[in-house]
Amino acid sequence: MTSAVDTDLQAGFDATIAAGDRIEPRDWMPEGYRRTLVRQIAQHAHSEIIGMQPEGNWITRAPSLRRKAILLAKVQDEAGHGLYLYSACETLGVSREDLTRQLIAGAQKYSSIFNYPALSYADVGTIGWLVDGAAICNQVPLCRTSYGPYGRSMIRICKEESFHQRQGFELLATMMRGTDEQRAMVQESVDRFWKPALMMFGPPDSQSSNTEQSMAWGIKRHTNDELRERFIEMTAPQAAALGVTLPDNDLDWDEFWTVVKGGGPCSAQRIAHRKRAYDDGAWVREAAMAFAQSEVDGLAQRVSRDQEADR
Amino acid sequence: MTSSEWPLYEVFVRSKRGLNHVHVGSLHAPDDAMALRHARDVYTRRSEGVSIWVVRSDAITASSPDEKDPMFAPSGDKVYRHPTFYEIPDDVPHM
Ligand SMILES: [Fe+2]
Ligand SMILES: [Fe+2]
Repeated sequence: MTSAVDTDLQAGFDATIAAGDRIEPRDWMPEGYRRTLVRQIAQHAHSEIIGMQPEGNWITRAPSLRRKAILLAKVQDEAGHGLYLYSACETLGVSREDLTRQLIAGAQKYSSIFNYPALSYADVGTIGWLVDGAAICNQVPLCRTSYGPYGRSMIRICKEESFHQRQGFELLATMMRGTDEQRAMVQESVDRFWKPALMMFGPPDSQSSNTEQSMAWGIKRHTNDELRERFIEMTAPQAAALGVTLPDNDLDWDEFWTVVKGGGPCSAQRIAHRKRAYDDGAWVREAAMAFAQSEVDGLAQRVSRDQEADR
Repeated sequence: MTSSEWPLYEVFVRSKRGLNHVHVGSLHAPDDAMALRHARDVYTRRSEGVSIWVVRSDAITASSPDEKDPMFAPSGDKVYRHPTFYEIPDDVPHM
């Protein structure tokens, strides 16, 4: 049953979307729109956080101080991206704590790409070039997504992503100028990451149940296949400049669905690691709150003592 | 001694959907609701905004200008956080 008020609200929302305007947190929005955004932004935030793991493993093993500092800065950025996105998601009335718990419980997903291992140091370069490259391709149109806070966090993120892709490409270019063994390492890494990177854009349009509604709501601006094609086109000349061969583009969608459902090579490890970090951090969160409370109590005590003395 | 002066509020205006609220100034008001009305009258007389936030100035914790150097020093020597730090040949597109 829909009341006249509801119809007015819906009409206002539809008009805002139709005008290409943004929806802001205090605006009325259909429940489905809100739910879709929570799911998508949370999944996006989780991906940034889980995405720190494959590369984080290489920070201590990167071959020079310069490379360590760069990789540390990149992984630190990804933590920041996660936080921007959790805060955008919280404007929709959910809590970050709850989202984290849902991730750990397996009730919310993250990008399939982070379920693959980073086996060699060349993977650090490949991840920057292809994985961050694909992320950029996906995120640039999201700067114009219909939900204001999400679009604004994407603008911040896109600005920062540029260095991620460039450091990866530069790392690979350096290795390609090295020995035959190094060149082989780069090619082997690209061979492993190419298809999983293409799968980051999600299932083919024919299997993507949410795309049509998301586009009607202005949450998504392009279909998965459109973005995937764009990425392939942009990447081909970069691969040629680098001197690597890209594998074919035939994707195994059964593999994709297996990985999405938690059956990827590192899925269990990623979640276990996240859970451990969350559990191990509990005492820090509690101690910080206890300290803040003791400051408040201390101040209250000093004030009442002073009042006492004034009498 | 109690002051009869109304508390100070900071005012933030969103000029257009899609943009962040931006600090535009401050004003005095007896309470939150009045602060909002005053903000409308003082800062949006020419449709400068579609949304206003007001927050009591004493609720804001700010970094100190004297500490500007130590506060922001950690990012000063990290040039590698900028894309221009990396040399990419001119003929490599889209990067
Ligand atoms: Fe990121
Ligand atoms: Fe990144």
